[in-house]
Amino acid sequence: MQTHSFDVVIVGAGGAGMRAALESSTRAHTAVLTKLYPTRSHTGAAQGGMCAALANVEEDNWEWHTFDTVKGGDYLVDQDAAEIMCKEAIDAVLDLEKMGLPFNRTPEGRIDQRRFGGHTRNHGEAAVRRACYAADRTGHMILQTLYQNCIKQDVEFYNEFYVLDLLMTDVDGEQVTSGVVAYELATGEIHLFRAKSVIFATGGFGKVWKTTSNAHTLTGDGMGIVYRKGIPLEDMEFYQFHPTGLAGLGVLLTEGARGEGGILRNASGERFMERYAPTIKDLAPRDMVSRSMVLEVREGRGAGPNKDYVYLDLTHLPKEQIEAKLPDITEFSRTYLGVDPVTELVPVFPTAHYAMGGIPTNVQTQVLRDNEHVIPGLYAAGECACVSVHGSNRLGTNSLLDINVFGRRAGIAAAEYANTVNHVELPEDSQGYTITLVEQLRSSTGSERVAVLRREMQETMDMNAQVYRTEATLKQALDDVQELKRRYKNVSIQDKGVRYNTDLLEAIELGFLLDLAELVVIGALERKESRGGHAREDYPTRDDVNFMRHTMAYRRTDEGGREYVELDYKPVVITRYQPMERKY
Amino acid sequence: MRINGRNRLACKSLVKDLDISKPITVEAIKGLPLEKDLVVDMDPFFAAYRSVLPFLIPAGHEPSKDRLQSAEERARFDDTTKCILCACCTTSCPVYWTDDQYFGPAAIVAANRFIFDSRDAGSEQRLEILNAKEGVWRCRTTFNCTDACPRGIEVTKAIQEVKRALIFRRV
Ligand SMILES: Cc1cc2nc3c(=O)[nH]c(=O)nc-3n(C[C@H](O)[C@H](O)[C@H](O)COP(=O)(O)OP(=O)(O)OC[C@H]3O[C@@H](n4cnc5c(N)ncnc54)[C@H](O)[C@@H]3O)c2cc1C
Ligand code: SF4
Ligand code: SF4
Repeated sequence: MQTHSFDVVIVGAGGAGMRAALESSTRAHTAVLTKLYPTRSHTGAAQGGMCAALANVEEDNWEWHTFDTVKGGDYLVDQDAAEIMCKEAIDAVLDLEKMGLPFNRTPEGRIDQRRFGGHTRNHGEAAVRRACYAADRTGHMILQTLYQNCIKQDVEFYNEFYVLDLLMTDVDGEQVTSGVVAYELATGEIHLFRAKSVIFATGGFGKVWKTTSNAHTLTGDGMGIVYRKGIPLEDMEFYQFHPTGLAGLGVLLTEGARGEGGILRNASGERFMERYAPTIKDLAPRDMVSRSMVLEVREGRGAGPNKDYVYLDLTHLPKEQIEAKLPDITEFSRTYLGVDPVTELVPVFPTAHYAMGGIPTNVQTQVLRDNEHVIPGLYAAGECACVSVHGSNRLGTNSLLDINVFGRRAGIAAAEYANTVNHVELPEDSQGYTITLVEQLRSSTGSERVAVLRREMQETMDMNAQVYRTEATLKQALDDVQELKRRYKNVSIQDKGVRYNTDLLEAIELGFLLDLAELVVIGALERKESRGGHAREDYPTRDDVNFMRHTMAYRRTDEGGREYVELDYKPVVITRYQPMERKY
Repeated sequence: MRINGRNRLACKSLVKDLDISKPITVEAIKGLPLEKDLVVDMDPFFAAYRSVLPFLIPAGHEPSKDRLQSAEERARFDDTTKCILCACCTTSCPVYWTDDQYFGPAAIVAANRFIFDSRDAGSEQRLEILNAKEGVWRCRTTFNCTDACPRGIEVTKAIQEVKRALIFRRV
């Protein structure tokens, strides 16, 4: 075992982690721990754009952007946080440009902007051009640019280090952050990292579902780790299903395709979004579009041999526009479905995409241990965090924005805090939990297999906890997930070695996924209303009297040592905008 | 990885597009130290990348808003911005296999990305680095790298552009 000591440890090297590192490493001794090479982080898959009211191509301002974000999130957004994000958006984009990001340009040489779902002029009048973009590779360019600047600043990376535990020390009755424990993939060695501040930036958990736009690596580790430490997770029932996944595969086609003029059609060729959102039609927020697509299919208007998808139509757009502004998704469609979007309709259906919930933080990115108190030295930013700027439904382009704005804030806050305190002692037997976790899996002779349990979890979640939910489907999902958790105790792995043991890590990741799946389902069962990304067929309307509040889920153990989930609630921060009915 | 003897991305190679009447061979990419099964040590690859100053070295004073760049100036280096650092090119290069001092095509692609960006002022430094004996002159223009690139980047052309810039010393 090796021990390292830093002021700040950042867990994750996606957009949020590297944006934090650029700030933190100039102020304090910083290490970035990442299970992937930084350039493999999922931020690189983001396609469409990053919104900021630059007003480069038409009138716009950050207040309109804030309103759209609050309304898009069906009023569950904390409005103070949304206001900060939309204000700081402008500098966030300009900072990236200064770092070298190759944005597409207007004829005048300014950063170009395009339309995206739910982003409007003057509180809903019409769609506005607000998304700054680099073709359909905006996330790739952000990830590359941040990595390049980390190289420039000589940021210290520990690549292929899996963080498996957070260390907190009791100081005068208060839990204070003291470091993390990591597993080195190459050697199987356990490393202790002492730190005054720890930032979690570990991304989402889309692998809970079978049909997903997320990579194999998005297993919610950061959320799972803090949850096991007794820290609550917020709003886990709110998960976004993106309308345009390639049918049957889930591979994403950006909403930018509709921003460029793409249209959704049912089997008979009807532009069905005109019926559901007469003003902004195909550019309605994602939750609405996904529900409309599912309804079209349920009512028999789906396309294909099984009538189980709808079409994305780009064929009326000039070939040059498609190839210049949407080159990657054009290639995805050709490669994976053999369909050429220039001349053919592309089969699409909703795909699991984005976690609105996560580790609760305040606007300084400090992690909350309950509704009011923070844990000294602990920060979170990006998709793993919940500040909550997305409420119950995130608008497209607001995540790339979130990771830049709150990643930056986390880097500054964590370093400044670290510079005012000394290291606290590590708790006793710091590495004990991790060693037991790893050794039990390595020596287990149980009969269950990781791949089987994972597939069963994903199948029940796709079937029972997707776009539409009911009491009955959620109870089914809960039974299934709890049974899978019992079977997981009996899981074993084939590779017993120490070097590059991905078999072992997949087993650990499955443990996190199962915990999070359970929270999604329990939160969804208890939320007896429909709001944003959470649609209950048995409670089809929003209920502000009883549910205008965030869910806070805690892991508890009863006297018999059995674990259970306890739900509590946190008020929503409302500043300017009183809840209204959400129409587009 | 190498699939039937060619460097490809496993996620983009569909079994249905391969000849399944014969066994499909999968191997680790060549030219980097093999660690286990299909795993290679990527550190030498990233070290070469880092050595070409792969970041914007801005020209002039920092503007208060966005720097202007015309659509044509932006298009000039578009091809090389697509690179995902997958190493398919570098590990299909016969020169790289035999000469572990050679930067390899991916690092030169990264240099090209900045040399031809109108906002950058670091070309002289980068060209000096690439003029060294492990630099661009080792390339024998065999086009393996271009064939291998899953992003469709014209890798050899990018290298030729750097060679030409070195000969004429202007960008
Ligand atoms: C296909 C696709 C397209 C998208 N398009 C857009 C878009 O156009 N606009 C937009 O705003 N948003 C978009 N999104 C959403 C957005 O890309 C993500 O929400 C965002 O990039 C998340 O960034 P992150 O930094 O939080 O996490 P990630 O980029 O996922 O990074 C997570 C990091 O954590 C590390 N990590 C995880 N677990 C551990 C562990 N146990 N130990 C150590 N390290 C760990 C990983 O190595 C990785 O470096 C898209 C998402 C997808 C999937
Ligand atoms: S063209 Fe040059 S860099 Fe590319 S494979 Fe051939 S020798 Fe290597
Ligand atoms: S140039 Fe192409 S093959 Fe080479 S690393 Fe970049 S993407 Fe991969």
